[in-house]
Formats: sequence, structure tokens, C-alpha cells
Amino acid sequence: MTQPLLDVRGLKTYFFTEDGVVKAVDGVDLQVYPGEILGLVGESGCGKSVTSFSILRLVDEPGRIVEGQVWFEGQNLLALDEAAMSHIRGNRISMIFQQPKSSLNPVFSIGDQIAEVFQVHQGMKKKAAWAKAVELLRLVGLPDPESKAHAYPHQLSGGQAQRVMIAMALALRPKLLIADEPTTALDVTIQAQIMDLILELRERFGTAVILISHDLGLIAEAADRVAVMYAGRIVEQAPVRELFARPQHPYTQGLIASVPVLGRRQERLNTIPGTVPNLVNLPPGCRFASRCQARVEQQLEVCTQTEPDLLPVAEHHLVRCWLYQPQPQATPAAEQTP
Amino acid sequence: MLQYTIRRLLLAIPVLFGILLVTFVLARAIPGDPCKAMLGEKATPEVCERFYEEHGLNDPVPVQFAVYMGKVLRGDLGTSIRFSRPVSIIILERLPTTVELSLAALTLAVLIGIPLGIISAVYRNSPVDVGTMVLANTGVSMPVYWLGLILAYTFALLLKDTPFWLPPAGRLSAGVVAKPFYEVFGWDVGTEGARYFVLEFFANMYVLNSLITRDWAVLKDALQHLALPAMALSTIPLSIIARMTRSSMLEVLRQDYIKAARAKGLRRHIVILKHALRNALLPIVTIIGLQVGLLFSGAVLTETIFSFAGVGRMLFEAITARDYPVIQGFTVVIALIYVGVNLLVDLSYVLVDPRIRLE
Repeated sequence: MTQPLLDVRGLKTYFFTEDGVVKAVDGVDLQVYPGEILGLVGESGCGKSVTSFSILRLVDEPGRIVEGQVWFEGQNLLALDEAAMSHIRGNRISMIFQQPKSSLNPVFSIGDQIAEVFQVHQGMKKKAAWAKAVELLRLVGLPDPESKAHAYPHQLSGGQAQRVMIAMALALRPKLLIADEPTTALDVTIQAQIMDLILELRERFGTAVILISHDLGLIAEAADRVAVMYAGRIVEQAPVRELFARPQHPYTQGLIASVPVLGRRQERLNTIPGTVPNLVNLPPGCRFASRCQARVEQQLEVCTQTEPDLLPVAEHHLVRCWLYQPQPQATPAAEQTP
Repeated sequence: MLQYTIRRLLLAIPVLFGILLVTFVLARAIPGDPCKAMLGEKATPEVCERFYEEHGLNDPVPVQFAVYMGKVLRGDLGTSIRFSRPVSIIILERLPTTVELSLAALTLAVLIGIPLGIISAVYRNSPVDVGTMVLANTGVSMPVYWLGLILAYTFALLLKDTPFWLPPAGRLSAGVVAKPFYEVFGWDVGTEGARYFVLEFFANMYVLNSLITRDWAVLKDALQHLALPAMALSTIPLSIIARMTRSSMLEVLRQDYIKAARAKGLRRHIVILKHALRNALLPIVTIIGLQVGLLFSGAVLTETIFSFAGVGRMLFEAITARDYPVIQGFTVVIALIYVGVNLLVDLSYVLVDPRIRLE
């Protein structure tokens, strides 16, 4: 493969709360290649959103990026000053959010909000920027863009609002679009339209996309590659077909098995037993160990003692699991057990 | 919107009527009688009888009220018992002073309170935030009269003979005269009629008047005299505005669209001052409107301490003297201002928030 467009290395974002340090993102490695769609999946609270906010350095207090590097177009974003970072945001990397309606400022017209991108990044005059905004609204398929530009967010439907967000995000043809659950809050029919729009614009502008979702169906359909996140870490990463055909990590297997299949009768839906570990007090060893069926069946002790690395099991297929890795020499902890 | 305004103005009529009725009754319910208050404890019953007769105080209260309302409807607020002058003229002399003082205090409160609140919200839980909020809470709890005395003591006495000295009393120094702007411009407006009333009203705001006539010496003097009472009067509204700004901004800064604005590449200060503040403004505007009532009641104390010839002090004196027409007249005017300001606040919502449509 070519050089990655975005290369996240060892990213750690912790939240320093009164209850302790919440390790929301704890050593994430991630690459996005030019023009590809990387699906980032995992259940709620696994750190998907925090990872994306960390890439743009938009983590709010009490959160802080404590370690890692985010390489993008030859620059480590975490080393840039605020001014340089502002230049990247919305220009080279943009983002769209889960709740399109609440992501638009209620007191400014949508034309103003789109035009602002041109005014800030290209120093465009208000009038020219407004014309550009109208053009973008047409591009994302909003009916009657000239008058719609004067509308306020509360006058739009959820789907329209997401189109506006997409127009804003793609205004300056960024190299990377981070789409954080872009369709979760929308009706099913609108979901398909919005995804089609994202795919179409990707084709047109060659924008790479990080598609964050917990909807495996959506990921299977849209993504080129998939990274599975669990409790602040990537546990598996593979091309989309490979991942769905041969999921290796027990968590990925569980996720895929839990998707109900149309036409197959089931008494109960499959679930992964147990819950995500407390991110303040993480157990040693693999974070999935307490819920892992395979560990019990194979009677692997190492799982609860040492954390496995993210290593290849096939070409472009990485897994963080002891099932596929040579176990380390008996650890001191293991020796002490009688 | 015009329709809304008209309806609100019509609704103000019963409010004003109610206020008049209550004031009328309350003023007469206070123990003590105007004759003794006016002519002294030694006034004989015969003298008092004549006094009551002259001022129509012998009639039953409902009759008095009916007579009074009849006059008010014709635009006559009656004649002061104490000064034997029309109440409207007294208002014309006194109201501009209080309006000027209140506006100065409100300006201070807004110009300092809102930035303080923003800083507190942005640097939440930092020493700056804690310090500001301790100050704000102290400001709210501080009695105006006590603060007024401390300010007068500090600036007029302790800082005497320094450039920071400020006069503790009056509106202008002895010998300084603020010539009305209409006289300076040579307009002949007479001493009666609506035109004279309006022009005289604005001319009686010395700061405004000296700005119009470009008389910088008078302006400086007027501002110096205004400084201490304005400071004293602004403390409470300032603190309330700062606290409201802080909590409103904190609420807004949590919203998704703030993060989205940052993700667009806007600099932090633009996000805070444009995207966040505009949204946080609604409750702040509301609270500013409510402060106007507070300013007028605060003005009573402030004007008394700083010998400021305004509505507050006049009202205080009128109550002491049982000068019923003055009490009633001033109350109506203050109520009118309050109703007007509240209407303005409601109308301004439309400008601040496009989601609001007035029905």
C-alpha cells in the first residue's frame, strides 16, 4: 500500500475525573490511506468518538491527550500550535456528527454557517462566500438552495441538517472526513440517502473517510477496511471482506454473531455476556478476557496476566489476541501460583 | 410584531390602573397625616381642616380616587402638596437624573459583568473563576447604602488631593452650570408643551447635554459626580449579570454546535464571542431587563447617600411628607418605565434568537 494519509500511533486520551483517571483511548494505532473508507466499530463508550476528537484535538476538559502521535500529511498534529491546528480543522480534516440538528448553531442561518468556512480559511468576502455556500447546498442535493441558505437550523429536518453538515465539511475538499455516526439519528430511508451522498462525494473528491459506527451492516456496505475497538484499544483490523468472512478476535466474532439475520428464526438474539470493563480500573491482561468464551474453552491463563499485541495473522489482518500469538515464557506471576 | 407591540401596550393599561389604585390606597394607609407632616406638629385642627379642604382630602377615598383618575386621564398628575407645583414638572426635573444614573450603572454592570461572566465560564474552576464568583457573590450581598458610604469615604476623603479624588455629593460642582442644549443652539421652545418637555428632559441629563453641546468641562464635572453613585448602584446588577452570564455560557459551551464550530477551524475566541455568546444572550437580556426595577429601588438609597436630586430621593422625601400626588405620580412613571423596558426586552428576543416569533 501507499503511504498512509493519517497515521495514529500510540494515542492515549485520558479523562481526569473525580472518580479517577478514565482511560477512554489507551494506545490506539490507526492508519487511513488516501481515498479509502475506514470503518471504526465498537460498542458505546469504547472510545471511538474520543479517538476522532483526539485526531482533531477537540477533547474537552477534563480530558487530555497524554501520549501518542497523529501524523497527517507529514506533520504531527499533536505538536502543532493552536493557529496551525485551526488551519487543519475544517480545511484538511473535517468532521460530521451524530446529531446534525444540534451540531448547527441555532441562531445563525445555514448559509452563514457554511460561508463562514470560506471566510475563515480563504479570507473570502461575505458575498462570495455566500454564493459558494449556495453552490454547496445544491451539490449536497438540498432543494431550492438559494432560499434554503437563509433558513435556520430549526427549520430543517434531520436529514437536511446532515446534508448541510456534509456541505460544510466538504466545502474546502478536505483530504479526510471523520464521520461520527453520521446516520444514527436519522430515519432508515434517510440513512441510505446520506450514506449514498457521502460515498458519492468520496468518489468525486477522493476524500478519505473514517466512518464511525456501531452499525455493522452499514460498515460492511460502505467501508474498505475495518478497525474494531474495544475498551480504548483496537483489537482487530482487516479489509472489510476479510473481517466479515474470517473474524479472528473473539470480540469481533461476538459482534458479528449478535447481528440478527433476516430470515433466520431465533429464540433469542445472540449477545456477548458481561459488560465492558471499568475504564478507571482496568484489569491486567487482555481487556476482553472477562467476557471471552474462547479463553475459558482453551484455558488460557496468559489472557488475564499480560496484554497481547496487535499482530498480523494474515496479510493486512491484525489481531490483538493470545489465541493467535505464541505465548510468552511463563511470567513471574504464573510461577508464583501453586 | 407591530400587532404584538400594540397588544402589549394595551395590556399595560390595566397594569398601570392597578398600580395607581394600590399606591393610592397604600399612601393613605400609612400612619401619619399630611397636614402634620407639612405644617408641623403644632398645626391646629382648624388650620388642618382648611389644609384638607384645599387639597381635597376631606372627600371619601373612593371619591378622591375618581377625581384623581379623571385628572390623570387628561394628562394631569396633580399638584404637589408640599411644593404647590405640578407633579409633572417635578418629574421632568427629577426623572432625567435618575435615568442618567441608572443608565450609567447599567452600562457599568453590562460592560463589566458580561466579560467577567464569560471569563469565568471559559476558565471554569480556575482561580480566576473562583475569584470572580467570590467577588460577584460579595457584590450581590453588599447593602447599597453601606457600599455607598465606603465609596464616598474612600474616594472623597482618603484619596483627597490625588488624581483619583471624586466628589461625594451633588450632580455638578458649585458654579458649574449645564446650559440646556436647546438654549445653546438658540431654539425657542418656550416653557410649556410637549416639545419643551421632551427637550428639557434630555437637557436635564447633564452628561448627554454636555456631549451635545460639546462642553467638555461640564462633561468632566458631571461624569465625576456620576461616578460614585453609579459605582454603588451598579454593584448588585453587575454581580447578577456576571453570574447569569457564567451559567448561561457554561450551558452553551457544552453544546454540540460549539464543538462543531471548533471542528470547522474557527479560532477559540471567535467560537466563544460569536457562536457561544449569541446563544447565551437570551437569559442575560432577560436578567438585564429585570435589573431596571432593581436600579430604581436602589436609586432611592443611592441618591439619598450621594445627595443626588433624582426620582429616588424625591420619592423618599414625598413619602416622609405624605405628599400623595407626588408619590402617585412618580410611582406611575416608574411603573411605565418598567413596563416599557420589559416590552423592549421581549421585542429584543426576536433579534437575538431566530426561533422566537412573537404572537
